[in-house]
Amino acid sequence: MNEERFQKRRLLLACYIVFALLPIYWMVNMSFKTNEEILSSFSFFPQHFTWSNYKTIFTDPAWYSGYINSLIIVAINMTISITVALPAAYAFSRYSFIGDKHLFFWLLTNRMTPPAVFLLPFFQLYSTLGMMDTHLAVALAHLVFNVPLAVWILEGFMSGIPREIDETAYIDGYSFPRFFLTIFLPLIKAGVGVTAFFCFMFSWVELLLARTLTSVDAKPIVATMTRTVSASGMDWATLAAAGVLTIVPGAIVIWFVRHYIAKGFAMGRV
Amino acid sequence: MSAIKPVNQKAWWLVLPVVVCVAFSAVLPLMTVVNYSLQDIISPERRVFVGTEWFSAVMRDEELHGALLRQLGFSLAVLAVEIPLGIMLALSMPARGWQASAVLVVVALSLLIPWNVVGTIWQIFGRADIGLLGATLQKMGFDYSYTGNATHAWITVLTMDVWHWTPLVALLCYAGLRSIPDAYYQAARIDGASKFAVFRYIQLPKMRGVLMIAVLLRFMDSFMIYTEPFVLTGGGPGNATTFLSEYLTQKAVGQFDVGPAAAFSLIYFLIILLFCFILYNWMQRVGAAKQEGIEHE
Repeated sequence: MNEERFQKRRLLLACYIVFALLPIYWMVNMSFKTNEEILSSFSFFPQHFTWSNYKTIFTDPAWYSGYINSLIIVAINMTISITVALPAAYAFSRYSFIGDKHLFFWLLTNRMTPPAVFLLPFFQLYSTLGMMDTHLAVALAHLVFNVPLAVWILEGFMSGIPREIDETAYIDGYSFPRFFLTIFLPLIKAGVGVTAFFCFMFSWVELLLARTLTSVDAKPIVATMTRTVSASGMDWATLAAAGVLTIVPGAIVIWFVRHYIAKGFAMGRV
Repeated sequence: MSAIKPVNQKAWWLVLPVVVCVAFSAVLPLMTVVNYSLQDIISPERRVFVGTEWFSAVMRDEELHGALLRQLGFSLAVLAVEIPLGIMLALSMPARGWQASAVLVVVALSLLIPWNVVGTIWQIFGRADIGLLGATLQKMGFDYSYTGNATHAWITVLTMDVWHWTPLVALLCYAGLRSIPDAYYQAARIDGASKFAVFRYIQLPKMRGVLMIAVLLRFMDSFMIYTEPFVLTGGGPGNATTFLSEYLTQKAVGQFDVGPAAAFSLIYFLIILLFCFILYNWMQRVGAAKQEGIEHE
C-alpha cells in the first residue's frame, strides 16, 4: 500500500544485515590468512590464501573432538530441558495452583545469578558425585539457565492455544498423555522449535561452567578454543577458523526450525 | 492469560520435574554460596563465622558503587538501543518465501558465535591498523582507539553487544508478529487505520508476551556481561568498561578469599532480582491497562 514506507523498512533491514555480516566477514577473512598476515597488514581479501587453519582443526583430535563433545552436551541438555519444561509450561498456562505465580518468577531468577557464582559449588558438587569431565555433568549444569527459559517461552506459546481444545478432547475421552502428544504438541510445534533453538544457542556458547567441569574427555569446543591463547601469543587464525566452524551447526539448526519460527504461533497469543 | 484459570493443585505434579531439575542445579550451589558468605575461610580446616561482616564491607566499597553505576548505565543503554531496533527489524523482516528463511539465518548468525570469539573478533575488527571498523573510522578522520579512549571503548562494547544480541529480540518479536491472524489486519484496513495505529493497537499488544521475555532476558544478561568486554578491553582503559561481573571476578581471583566474593555475588543477585521484579510488574501492569483500554473502546 504505502510504497515509500515499505522502501524505508527494506533499507533498514539491508543496513542491519550489512552491519551483522561485516564482523562475520572479517572472521571468515581472518580464517583464510596466516597469523603473520593478520597482524601485519590490512586487506579485504587474504593475500596468501591458505586452508591450513581448517586443516589443523580437522586433523587434530583435540580440536574436532571438541565439536563432537559440544554436540553431545547440547543434545542431552536440549532433550532434558524440553522434556521437563513441556508439562510444567502446560501446568502454568492452564491451571492455577498454590504458589504458581511465585514459582514462575522464581524459575527466571535462576538465570539472574552470574555463572561465576556457581563455579566453585558446581565443582564441589560434581566432584563429590564423581561426575567430573562427563558430558552429563555439563548438560545438567546448563539446565540452570535453559530450563527456566524453556518454561517461559513454551508457556507463552501454550497460552495462545484456546482452552476449549483441551476440554473438547477430554470430553471425547482422550487421556492426558494421549491428548498432549497427539493433539496439543503438534499445535505448539512452533514454540518447541523456537525453544529448541534458544536452548541450543545458550548451551552451545556457554564457556565458564563447561570449562570448569571438563578436562579432557568431555571438553566442548568453546573450552578447546581457549587453547589458542598461549604464552607465545594468540593464534588468531586458528581461532577465527574454529569460530567459523562453530556457526555451522547452529545455522543448520535454525535452518530446520525456520518454518516454525516464521509460521509463529498456531493460534495467536491472547 | 485472559480468562480465569481453574484451580487444580494436581498441576504441581507437572511442575515437579522442573523444580527438581532447577533445585538440583541452582538451589544447592546457592546454599553453598550463602554458607561461604557468612564465614572467613582461612583454610579448608579453619573457618570462622563472621556473620554479616562481609556484607557491610562490600556495601561500603566505593569502587563497587562506581562499577554498579557503570553497569546500570550500560544495561539501560543496551535496552534503549536493542529493544526498539529489534522491534523495527522484526517488522521489516519478510514474512514468507525464501527471503524469510535467508534473513532468519543471517540474523541469527551472531548469536551462535561463542562469546570469547565475539570479543576476539571485535578486538581485531576494531584495531585501527588491521581491522575493518578501526581502519574505516581512521580513514574517515576519527582518531578512533578502543584501547586508549574511554568513550570509544564504552561505545565499542555497546556496539558489540548490539551486534551480538539484537537478533535475540528480533527473533522473539518476529515469532510474536507471525502469530497475528490476518483477520486483524483486514479489520484495520477496513477501518482505514494508519500504519502507526496498526502497530500501536494490534502488533504491540500481541507482542507483549514475547517482548517481556526479551526485555527481561536482555536486562539480566547485559547486567551479567563478562566475557566480551573482558576479552575486548579487559575492563579498561582505566575502569571505563569494568562492569560488575568484571569487578567481582577481579575481587574473587585477586584476594583468594571466597567469603567477600560470595557476599558480593549475593548482593549482585539481589540487585538483578530487584530490577527484574520491578520491570516485570511494570510491564504486566502496562500491558493489562492497555488491554483494558482496548476493550473499553
